[in-house]
Amino acid sequence: MAKRPPPTEFIIERDDEKCIACQVCVRMCSNDVHSYDAQTDTVFSDSGKCVGCHFCETICPTGAITIGRNPSEFKLNANWNAQVIKNIIKQAETGGVLLTGMGCDKPYPIYWDHIVLNASQVTNPSIDPLREPMELCTYIGRKPDKLEIDYSKKEPQLKTKLNPQLKLETPILFSAMSYGSISLNACKSLARAAGEIGTFYNTGEGGLHKELYKYSPNTIVQVASGRFGVHKEYLEAGAAIEIKIGQGAKPGIGGHLPGEKVSEEISSTRMIPQGTDALSPAPHHDIYSIEDLKQLIYALKEATRYNKPVGVKIAAVHNVAPIVSGIVRAGADFVAIDGIRGGTGAAPTVVRDNVGIPIELAIAVVDQRLREEGIRNQASIIAAGGLRNSADVIKAIALGADAVYIGTAALVAMGCSLCQSCYTGKCNWGIATQDPYLTKRLNPDIATQRLVNLLRAWSLEIKEMLGGMGINAIESLRGNREQLRGVGLSDTDLKLLGIKPAGEAW
Amino acid sequence: MKKIKNQISKIKNSGYKAKLKRIIIREEYCMGCRLCEVYCLVQHSRTKNIIKAYKGEYPKPQPRLIVEEKGQISFALQCRHCEDAPCLEACITGAMYRDEKTGAILCEENKCVGCWMCIMVCPFGVIDRNREGKKVISKCDLCIGEEIPVCVKNCPNEAIVYEEKK
Repeated sequence: MAKRPPPTEFIIERDDEKCIACQVCVRMCSNDVHSYDAQTDTVFSDSGKCVGCHFCETICPTGAITIGRNPSEFKLNANWNAQVIKNIIKQAETGGVLLTGMGCDKPYPIYWDHIVLNASQVTNPSIDPLREPMELCTYIGRKPDKLEIDYSKKEPQLKTKLNPQLKLETPILFSAMSYGSISLNACKSLARAAGEIGTFYNTGEGGLHKELYKYSPNTIVQVASGRFGVHKEYLEAGAAIEIKIGQGAKPGIGGHLPGEKVSEEISSTRMIPQGTDALSPAPHHDIYSIEDLKQLIYALKEATRYNKPVGVKIAAVHNVAPIVSGIVRAGADFVAIDGIRGGTGAAPTVVRDNVGIPIELAIAVVDQRLREEGIRNQASIIAAGGLRNSADVIKAIALGADAVYIGTAALVAMGCSLCQSCYTGKCNWGIATQDPYLTKRLNPDIATQRLVNLLRAWSLEIKEMLGGMGINAIESLRGNREQLRGVGLSDTDLKLLGIKPAGEAW
Repeated sequence: MKKIKNQISKIKNSGYKAKLKRIIIREEYCMGCRLCEVYCLVQHSRTKNIIKAYKGEYPKPQPRLIVEEKGQISFALQCRHCEDAPCLEACITGAMYRDEKTGAILCEENKCVGCWMCIMVCPFGVIDRNREGKKVISKCDLCIGEEIPVCVKNCPNEAIVYEEKK
C-alpha cells in the first residue's frame, strides 16, 4: 500500500456516560469532526480531521470530550522523529510546501527562561506599587540629542522642537495582524482594547476597514510590500506609520492571502479585485538599499506633514544590529524587531521553524550597537516575537527595548489555543477566518474585555516587579541590564545578551 | 388632547414596565450552538441535572425556547412577554396571566385546558404544546426563581442578554 491517509494527530475521547448527544459539538466543529447518528442517538467523532483547537471540549456542557495526543508511536528515533516522518508522508502525498500558522514551535533555547530579575534587599528600599506612584508611561519616537531651554523669559521655555511621539500608558502594543488574516471582529476587539488601555494596535498589511476608522487615534497603519489599502486617508488615519520589511515567522518571504478569503469587504479594504489572491512580494520592489528605505520613510513623512512617527519593522536575522543602525540613520522614528518565535497566519513550516534568530539576542545586540554608535535616542525599539507574559516584557525592556508588541498572547486571550491551523481559514474561535458562520463567534464586547484584562494584569505585574527592584518608572529600567542575570547560559550567550551570570555581583 | 397623551404615557411608563427586564437578542453573535436550548431543557426538567435530564427522564423534558436558523443567521427566540400580549386576550380560561412583579406572561397549568388558542395567536410562535404528558401549553417563564434566565446565563457568546427595556 503506497497510498496512506494523513496521520492522525489527535484522539478525541468521548465519555459516553457524560455525552448527552446534545450535538453542540456537531454544530460547532468547522472541521466536521463530530457527526450525529439519529438511529442510535449517538455522536461519533472522526479523530483524523481534528486539528486540536479544543473548541468542542470548551463548549461541551457536560465535559464529555477530551482531546488527547495520538499515542500511536513510531520506533523511537532521535533523528527521524514522528514529526519528520509525518511531514514526509504529507509531502509525498501532496507534493506541496507544508503550511502552518502561529510562531515557531521548535525547542530552541528560550532565553527568557534563562534570565532572572533582581530585587532590592536591605541596602536599597523596594517600592510598594499599591502605595506609591509607579510610572509605566512610555513614549515611542525620536528623542532629541539634547534639550535647549530658554531661561530669558519669566517661565522657562523649551527651545528644542520635539519630534512626534506615541504615548503608551503601558509598554505593550498589539502586533500587526491584518484584516484578512484575522476577522473584522478580532480587529475591532484589538482596536477597542488598545483605546481602553491607552496603547496601539497595528493594521498589518490589510488596509483599514471603514468601520475601523473611528479607532484611528490608537491605530498604527502599516505599509507593506503589497501596498494593500494604502491611500491618503489611510496614512492620515494612523497615529503612526510602520513600513513592514519583514516578519519574524517568515523572514525573507512575502505573504499570500488566498483568493477564497478575499471577500467583498476585504477586496474593498485592500483595493484588489474580489476573489483574487492577495500576494505580498518578498521584497519591497522599490527598496533595495538603506537609501531606498530612506526615500520611502521620507515620502511617508512628507505625505503626513511630519505629524506622526514613521517606523520600520524587520525580522530578527543574523545581521540585525547593523541593519537597524542603517534603518535608524535612514530616519525611522521607531524600529520593530520580530524574533523567530513571532506568529503568522500562514507560512511555510520550514521557513517558520528555521529562519531568523531569537528576539532576546536581537534586542541585546541592537541596543548595544545603537548605544555604541551614539544613536540609541534617535529611534525607539519595539521587541516582538513570542513574548508570553509580563516577565518576558520586563526582561525585554531591561535588555534595551522601549516597548513590546504582543500578537500571539493577544490571540490566546481572545480564545486561540494555538492549533496552528490559521491558514485553513476554518478557525473555530472566529479569529483567523472570514467565514461569516465563524466570525460571529468572536463577540468584540467579550474579546475587548479579555484583552483589557490581560494588559491590565500584565501592567500590574510589571509594576510589582519594578517596585521590587526599587525602580518607580519603567524608563529607569530600559537597557538596565544590571537588573538581569543569566542562569545556565554559555559565556558567549552572556556576552551577546550583555548580562552577568547569576551569582556575580555588580 | 396633549394632556390625555401625557397621561397615557405616564401610565404606560409606570408600574411593571419600568422594572421588567427582557431577553434581548443579538443575532450577530449567535453561533447556533443551541446551548441555550440544552440549559433551558435542564432547567425545566424534574431533576435539573443535565445528564439525568437527557438520559434518565421519560418523557424527555422539552426546552421552552426555539432556535431560529437560516443560512448564517441564527438566534434563540423565547416568549417576548409582549406588552400587549395577544395570548392573554385569547386565553379562554384565564390560565394565561401576567406576573405583577416581573411582568412575565405565565400559564397557570391547573386552569389551562389545552385549547391551543394562545399557540394560534402568538405572533412569534414561541408557545408550544407540552409533550411531557399533560394537555397544557409550554412556554418560557423567564426561569422562575433564577436571577438571570439560564439561556442568557449560559450563552457562551452573550448573544442573548437580560436587560431592562430601553
